[in-house]
Amino acid sequence: MINRIVVGAGYGLKDWIAQRATALVMAVYTLILLATLGALSPSSYEAWRAIFANGFMQFMTFLFFVSLFYHVWIGVRDIWMDYVKPDGLRLVLEIATIAALVGYAGWAAKILWRL
Amino acid sequence: MAEIAIKKKRPKNLDLPTIRLPLPGVLSILHRISGAVLFLLLPVLLWLFQQSLASPETYAAAKAVTGSFLVKLILLGLIWLYMHHFCAGIRYLLLDLHKGIDLQSARFSSKVVFAVSIALTLIVGAKVLL
Ligand code: HEM
Repeated sequence: MINRIVVGAGYGLKDWIAQRATALVMAVYTLILLATLGALSPSSYEAWRAIFANGFMQFMTFLFFVSLFYHVWIGVRDIWMDYVKPDGLRLVLEIATIAALVGYAGWAAKILWRL
Repeated sequence: MAEIAIKKKRPKNLDLPTIRLPLPGVLSILHRISGAVLFLLLPVLLWLFQQSLASPETYAAAKAVTGSFLVKLILLGLIWLYMHHFCAGIRYLLLDLHKGIDLQSARFSSKVVFAVSIALTLIVGAKVLL
């Protein structure tokens, strides 16, 4: 009989990598945005809108948001796991977190695709 | 075997107020706090982003909301939380690649994170809030 230990290694590795991959995407986007704002100094609605209406920035901004929501799901779930011990309450908080983040993703798409 | 090691008596100090947290420790807890606070404020930030882009009228309204000193101060605080999380996050990514993990480098890089994130906060704050 094989005695499997279910808490073995590998369980969190995918999340660990995803948290770092999304962090990298967001870090690159942050630099791009800072450079853009620095170069263009948008001071009117038209100039501000033009930044995000540009196809490349629209794509990058959406990529940022998707990375952010995945990143935050892993991070916030880790925080719930550290501080909230009752299983039921923790499950409720985790489901509420997912629901909020999925909603935000739709919201972000709506903001960007109306430009 | 692991149990034997754990049962060994080791000195413990759980009197929290007497523990002086070293700078890398402050950086670490602020990284968690900044992530959590930014998460909780996501709906407000998305709403502000939406208002700023939806139309010239909502853009002007968003500008008016962010015109008050108190709101500017709060936004400056949020910019700092973001910049801290961003810089500390990059430091973690480098540590994960085993760059700068000896004690001296780690202490030094935590100072760099505080200096750079505060400088970025002031630059970005001056740019978007003034
Ligand atoms: C440039 C952007 C960002 C970078 C480079 C970054 C980097 C990181 C890294 C490397 C971690 C893992 C830390 C660890 O394992 O100890 C992390 C955790 C986390 N991040 Fe981010 N992050 C970014 C943006 C954000 C944003 C905008 C939010 C929230 C809205 C956020 C929320 C979190 C949370 C809640 C955690 C978990 C914290 C913990 O477990 O202590 N991150 N981030």
